[in-house]
Amino acid sequence: MHTAAGSQARLPIRSDMDLVWVRQHVRQAAAQIGFGLVDQTKLVTAASELARNTLIYGGGGTMETEPLTDGGARGLRLTFADEGPGIADLEQALSDGFTSGEGLGLGLGGARRLVHEFAIDSAPGAGTMVRVTSWVGRPPRPREES
Amino acid sequence: MSEAFGGPHGAPVSNRVPVLRLGDVLLVTLQGDLHDSTAQQLQDDLAESIVRSGAGGVIMDISGVEIVDSFLGRVLAEIAAQTDLLAARTVVVGMRPAVAITLVELGLTLPGMRTALNTEAAMELLTGQAVSSHFGGPRRESQ
Repeated sequence: MHTAAGSQARLPIRSDMDLVWVRQHVRQAAAQIGFGLVDQTKLVTAASELARNTLIYGGGGTMETEPLTDGGARGLRLTFADEGPGIADLEQALSDGFTSGEGLGLGLGGARRLVHEFAIDSAPGAGTMVRVTSWVGRPPRPREES
Repeated sequence: MSEAFGGPHGAPVSNRVPVLRLGDVLLVTLQGDLHDSTAQQLQDDLAESIVRSGAGGVIMDISGVEIVDSFLGRVLAEIAAQTDLLAARTVVVGMRPAVAITLVELGLTLPGMRTALNTEAAMELLTGQAVSSHFGGPRRESQ
């Protein structure tokens, strides 16, 4: 379980023990890439929300980490994938307060606010893939007023 | 930034969180990365401990906690709510600045939760309240 941070890795998400490993791995990778403490905390928290979704709603799956460079910028991309029942209404799933299981319904929408880029691909019966990316030193996304 | 991370030796802990008693107050110290099941176990254990000990307050020290996600946030909020129902009060102590910033961004502001910056301040808050609610209090406040 000791993938060198800074390299690509794929972790299983099958139990709440795995959630702990996911958080520790993301923390380590983010620190090595050069994220500051607050940004590490945001990214680890987002990863925890998304990994828990993968576990609870998706019936388990995987997380892949991938360090990125774009010009001089360094970033970290996390991809969560499961082969669960999928999400019928993505817009509803992303709104605060929506939950079809345990929790406060902040998982997807909350995680989206904690990262720079957020993409989701899902359909009923086809599983769910969520991909988030954050960049070192970039200011947070502008708030969406609603 | 390595000081904020347990590293290879920061292995996940899956056993119970100890609940210590200090006079009328129960003291719980959360450390490192908690399993969901450990957090839920603590919630049950605390309810039992409050009833058994008749404690008037609970101090939850989270200064050793690196992240609070919506699950742990919900557990903290539920512990606070359930201690209220058991005639006690919970004060959450020592939240790291990065955790507070992240929780607000996540949308979890935990409005009903009492907090203090350190254990001494929490103790003052709790014993002051306990005294006044039980006895009308030897408090030096002008009427």
